[in-house]
Amino acid sequence: MTITNQTAGQLAGMHATGTREIQVREAINECLRQEMELDENVIIMGEEIAGGAGRQDQGVEDAWGGPFRTTVGLIQQFGKERVLDTPLSEAAFIGAAIGASSTGLRAVAELMFVDFIGVCMDQLVNNAAKMRYMFGGQVKVPFTMMTRIGAGFGAAAQHSESYYSIFSHFPGLKGVVPSDAYTAKGLLAAAIRDDDPVVYFEHKGLYGSVGPVPEEPYVLPLGKARTVREGTDITLVGISKMTWVCTAAAEELAKEGISCEVIDLLSVSPIDYDHINESVLKTHRLVVVDEDTPICSMASEICSRVAEEVFDYLDAPPSRVTAPHTPVPYSRAMENEYMPNESRVKTTVRNLMNR
Amino acid sequence: MELDRESILKLFKTMATIRHFEERGIPETGQRGMSASVHSSAGQEAVATGVCANLTNEDYIGSTHRGHGHCIAKGVDPKLMMAELFGRATGPNKGKGGSMHISDMSKGMLGTNGVVGASIPLAVGAALTSKVKKLGRVAVAFFGDGASNQGVLHESMNLASVWKLPVIFCCENNGYAMSTPSEYALSTAHVADRAQGYDMPGITVDGMDVFAVYDAAAQAVARARAGDGPSLIECQTYRFYGHTVFDNPLTYRSKEEEDHWRARDPLKLFREAVLPQGDITAAELDQIEADAEALMEEAVKFADESPLPEPVELYDDVYVNYPRELLKRGVNMAV
Repeated sequence: MTITNQTAGQLAGMHATGTREIQVREAINECLRQEMELDENVIIMGEEIAGGAGRQDQGVEDAWGGPFRTTVGLIQQFGKERVLDTPLSEAAFIGAAIGASSTGLRAVAELMFVDFIGVCMDQLVNNAAKMRYMFGGQVKVPFTMMTRIGAGFGAAAQHSESYYSIFSHFPGLKGVVPSDAYTAKGLLAAAIRDDDPVVYFEHKGLYGSVGPVPEEPYVLPLGKARTVREGTDITLVGISKMTWVCTAAAEELAKEGISCEVIDLLSVSPIDYDHINESVLKTHRLVVVDEDTPICSMASEICSRVAEEVFDYLDAPPSRVTAPHTPVPYSRAMENEYMPNESRVKTTVRNLMNR
Repeated sequence: MELDRESILKLFKTMATIRHFEERGIPETGQRGMSASVHSSAGQEAVATGVCANLTNEDYIGSTHRGHGHCIAKGVDPKLMMAELFGRATGPNKGKGGSMHISDMSKGMLGTNGVVGASIPLAVGAALTSKVKKLGRVAVAFFGDGASNQGVLHESMNLASVWKLPVIFCCENNGYAMSTPSEYALSTAHVADRAQGYDMPGITVDGMDVFAVYDAAAQAVARARAGDGPSLIECQTYRFYGHTVFDNPLTYRSKEEEDHWRARDPLKLFREAVLPQGDITAAELDQIEADAEALMEEAVKFADESPLPEPVELYDDVYVNYPRELLKRGVNMAV
């Protein structure tokens, strides 16, 4: 489920020296460390960012780097001024990160799970997304919100959702959905260095995924999708972890003589419509595989754009494989059915090919 | 209070400028068919003036929907503000913000804000910038009695206290959140009582007395600059008009109450406090008021003569760099 070393090098347009295999969580951690080394204005804050470091008597040595260990070691290197554990006050610290970013810092704030967005949505939507516009261009808000998506862990409905499409709805915000270690590092660097607010979505099911990552800092472009498998019969667009559901299904379908092109969306705002259209011009068919619920989703957005823009080239209706219009269930018996899987993708593709 | 003559006159000038901006600018805006949501701060001039007199150009403030006074006190040009209210391209926000979003980053003015309480964490964040970058600046979060019941204020006060940030929480308690009386909506007698819960000084002052506000803010600013952390100041004040120009305040408050507060007009109280000392004359203050009135004449003229924004400017400044084509792709725009 990883892309090849060669592809990684090609995509970045860079030499492959100093590239080694690391996990997504390590790639994120390395990126944060490098960006903080490169720019002293970069700070990071959130719940359990250091973990335990807020207690004077414990000192910084006890820091554990949070539940997914993506921020481990940062406080030891950069200190409490730049690596800030926060009280459980998302509205205040997300808002403060936005205020800090609009006054000269480049703040990264972590919302532990995207399901918690309700408690701080106002700051993101009414301040971060709109300040530059409302202020007539007077301010830049180079703010990054890191957050987590993804079901499949028996974590039930308040720790498992994949709410990225709602952020794409807001002008002024950007959003990225890395799918492996290489894109995790390159897109996080891009998010931090970008002068607009960017939401960075980490899939909980990808942290352990190992792939080739250059040691040196690098930036992948925001708003660009990539093709991870070439094909001629149908285009599959995957989002985050769903990219690998698409490639697995494509592998199987190839045995039946169906050639799938797989696109890894990587960015949910801006959306790389041109990349998708170009593929559909070749394949004439489209399936978007999205772990989010279907209504007003990334999948429905992409399908509607393709229908509007390249309608004459389509041989089948643009289609979706998504979660159903339900919250994420707890029991594995139900959760396994909830998530898009290879089987559903294969069935959908076969149906479209047989029309 | 250790203010020299010039500083004392400047307090009056700021208050007079705010008063005349509100009295002239709001009806003029309405006459031009602009904005349903303009909130007059007439009556509350002493708060913005007394607090901001303690700040430099480098310090930050976050403001509210009733924020014209904060802007003027922080040094934003009333002529440009008038242009913004009229929706002109010469406004500080180029006509994209209007009354509820006036900002001027060159003055540390982080915007008036249309969501009650929303600017509070922005000021906390600006204070964080000052602390991390060791800039020695302070930030003031202005908010009303209505916002004092918003969760984000409480989170922000706790966060600022935990991080010992150089921020001043300044509540303008004007007695009403729209028409809901603060005595109904507040669980404590004073907003300032809530400071105890966050281990910071909390003080209630007469928000109609610019010198009382100035003194309280001076202490809070000194504390913040010394690195000792945040403070909460509650200023008891009154808005002379309704929530907006559309509500009749006499449907929820009495004429007697209004008369009581009108008698405590901050400009009037200033005269009563200063003139008996003999150092400043009524003629000087009259002249300042006349100048403020004349400035508004000039501001209205400037705004009227300013160009409107081009319709295509609606696409600008959504992002720092973004293809305009992508903003209107597939939506059949006319421009």
